[in-house]
Amino acid sequence: MSGLKTEQEIADFVRVASGPLTIRGGRTRTLGLAAQGDVLDVSGLSGITLYEPGALTLVAQAGTPVAEIEAALAEQNQRLAFEPTDMTGLLGRTGTSTIGGVIAANASGPRRIQAGAARDFALGVRFVDGAGQVIKNGGRVMKNVTGYDLVKLMAGSFGTLGVLTEVSLKVLPAVEAEQTLVLRALSAEHAVRAMSAALGSPYEVSGAAWVDGDVWLRLEGFTASVAYRAASLQSALAAFGGADVVDDADWTQVRDAAPVHGSQAVWRISVKPSDGPTVVAGLPDGVRSLMDWGGGLVWVGHDASEALHHALQHQAASLGGHATLIKGPEALCSAVPVFQPEPAPVAALSAQLRARFDPRGILNPGLMVA
Amino acid sequence: MQMPDPDPQILSRKARVVARLRDVLPSGAVIDDPAETRAYECDALTAYRCPPMVAVLPASTQEVADVLRICHAEGVPVVPRGSGTSLAGGALPTADCVILGVARMNAVLETDYDNRFVRVQTGRTNLSVTGAVESDGFFYAPDPSSQLACAIAGNIAMNSGGAHCLKYGVTTNNLMGVTLVQMDGTVVELGGAHLDAGGLDLLGVICGSEGQLGVVTEATLRILHKPEGARPVLMGFDSAEIAGACVADIIKAGVLPVAIEFMDRMLIEVCEDFAKADYPMCEALLIVEVEGSDAEIDAQLALITDIAKRHNPVALRESAGPEESARIWAGRKAAFSAIGRVSDYMCLDGTIPVSELPYVLRRIGEMSKEYGLPVGNVFHAGDGNMHPLICYDANKPGDLETCEAFGAEVLKLCVEVGGCLTGEHGVGIEKRDLMSVQYAPADLEAQMAVKDVFDPAWLLNPAKVFPLDVSEARRVAALAAE
Repeated sequence: MSGLKTEQEIADFVRVASGPLTIRGGRTRTLGLAAQGDVLDVSGLSGITLYEPGALTLVAQAGTPVAEIEAALAEQNQRLAFEPTDMTGLLGRTGTSTIGGVIAANASGPRRIQAGAARDFALGVRFVDGAGQVIKNGGRVMKNVTGYDLVKLMAGSFGTLGVLTEVSLKVLPAVEAEQTLVLRALSAEHAVRAMSAALGSPYEVSGAAWVDGDVWLRLEGFTASVAYRAASLQSALAAFGGADVVDDADWTQVRDAAPVHGSQAVWRISVKPSDGPTVVAGLPDGVRSLMDWGGGLVWVGHDASEALHHALQHQAASLGGHATLIKGPEALCSAVPVFQPEPAPVAALSAQLRARFDPRGILNPGLMVA
Repeated sequence: MQMPDPDPQILSRKARVVARLRDVLPSGAVIDDPAETRAYECDALTAYRCPPMVAVLPASTQEVADVLRICHAEGVPVVPRGSGTSLAGGALPTADCVILGVARMNAVLETDYDNRFVRVQTGRTNLSVTGAVESDGFFYAPDPSSQLACAIAGNIAMNSGGAHCLKYGVTTNNLMGVTLVQMDGTVVELGGAHLDAGGLDLLGVICGSEGQLGVVTEATLRILHKPEGARPVLMGFDSAEIAGACVADIIKAGVLPVAIEFMDRMLIEVCEDFAKADYPMCEALLIVEVEGSDAEIDAQLALITDIAKRHNPVALRESAGPEESARIWAGRKAAFSAIGRVSDYMCLDGTIPVSELPYVLRRIGEMSKEYGLPVGNVFHAGDGNMHPLICYDANKPGDLETCEAFGAEVLKLCVEVGGCLTGEHGVGIEKRDLMSVQYAPADLEAQMAVKDVFDPAWLLNPAKVFPLDVSEARRVAALAAE
């Protein structure tokens, strides 16, 4: 169902729904499974409703295009610091990414290691639960501990607890300058050592990735400060074979996992940074990979393979992290758990929460649990 | 402030409960002598006191699980307690409860500089987390004023903030994982040394849940390398409006100071008297602190003082060195002690959109006259988290009630202008009955549904956070099910 323009219309639609609903914003980051039942299109609920640059806050309806928000922020020299990913290239989609989708997927880019994730910048939400009730939580101020933090629960819940209708965001100033240190031809293990040294320094590294064998370290801020920190970091990392300072590193390649584009199947694995090389080392020949977040985020691209999927999730579990199948043919996605299976007591809590927020089990059913 | 009456049936089972607790805990870890349980009768909201039935001091996750399993089986409410520094009454006992203190669990379990985290038992104090890593150049960022005494357990329960969270965020932004013991004794690990949840973000909802969903015994905390240096600038203005405009201009200029603190005339006078910080006497004082190398600090302070000058400051003093920095901070950091010396006071914690600052301060001033109680304002100006301090006389009958009524009006005003009841202290009992001002019934129902899932019998810190009448049906049903 498209053409829904208001929160109330969405609430009414959910309340009278008689079967499963597939919730859609811009359809740019939908995970593997095919749509079930009616499509609930939120993209008609669009527009920035409040923006106070002096308070670093912006409120927008869930269907608002991310590009529209970023343009409004850029006009005031501000930005979304969590650097939302653009999945269109990876998934081969052409839609318009919406802010609701970004929050529902907790989609955070390279700056997550320094500034925080989408969930850290979400100050408040309004959503329609599975019974069609409108619920609000949090607000539009930066510090708020009034009651339970359902904002965090909604961020990354992929629409399975409720349909987001509005989000309030903390925004940050944009920067005057950006430079990237490039350390050439390092193994995954040496790369993570270099990235750990950089991230453990006082120089405020805002991106640390391993791309095609090179380490990229990003510094942002006022021009003089960036130059000072780049020089300081260069000498601090001399033991890793020297670093070039470049002005034109394309961090959208890291943000959007460009090195694994074109793969039939793509996995996103979150582990302790020093375990990143273990994941990379365990990959069969010919599998493509990229490390972000100082080694803590590994993107893996390959042909669709149930065996590889199970191996990755098994390994992630043993390392205390998680692996998610971000892209894959329908056959693979329906055969395996797309999300990392949780230990029984945690899975029980998640299942009971879903049962409370979506008692009929109609919101993106089966997406997060098999 | 009303609390539910103690359940006589639970009180009648005290001897059995104590005996069962003694079976699983070492002697000395179960306290049931009324002379000793008095020590746990209140937290930092000292106006309300009630000794618990029993206090227990477990020393491990296993002991916490044993205690909770027994209390679950016996139907005894449990009030978790960190260091007892809550200003909201989060650790206030009821006469029929077991207080579960985590003070004996204060070890550092793992320190990992490569992956930038430390794992601690949650009885450890906030400042001693930094203490464990600072010789290697690292620190734990959230810094509540009570950081010398407050425990990580309480920080997680209340999602504590601090003066420096404009740059570094609050507890939830620095908490990577927890070991959580559920009321039935089940132990779960949420999060860890990796980033973000693979499924629902349960860690995110645990943080700030005020000890109502489980007892957090261990925590994985993000640590950061200390900046090369930090330096504040102090500025004074003729009015709160001008100070507020200056703050907005600083933020709009693209500088992100690590802290922006505001004090009004009353606080300036009280703090100056107490700490001799050499503050200018004016209507509004700002302390703005920036971090980095010396050259980076100079550049940022130059930009900030340029902006300040456009707002006709009556004082503008850039710190020249560590000694002067300490002096500039001395008054602000002593604010609560300084006012405590001259009066009993209640500290509010509402947050407002910073654009509403002048209006809200003016209204608070008017209310101060209406209620006949003086009020001072100190707050984190960058994020709108206010701390109005309302003075009253605890020995004067009716004064506390007047003060509470005044406080409630201020918090309603915060919500009215688009803010919230509490920015970093938590709801506890103090703001419990105002929750309906901020949230509609369906909003509260959704939050209580989360408690239903984690603690179906409503035994964990049950009479907090939600208005008593709103949670009554659930608490009564849980009692009846015993």
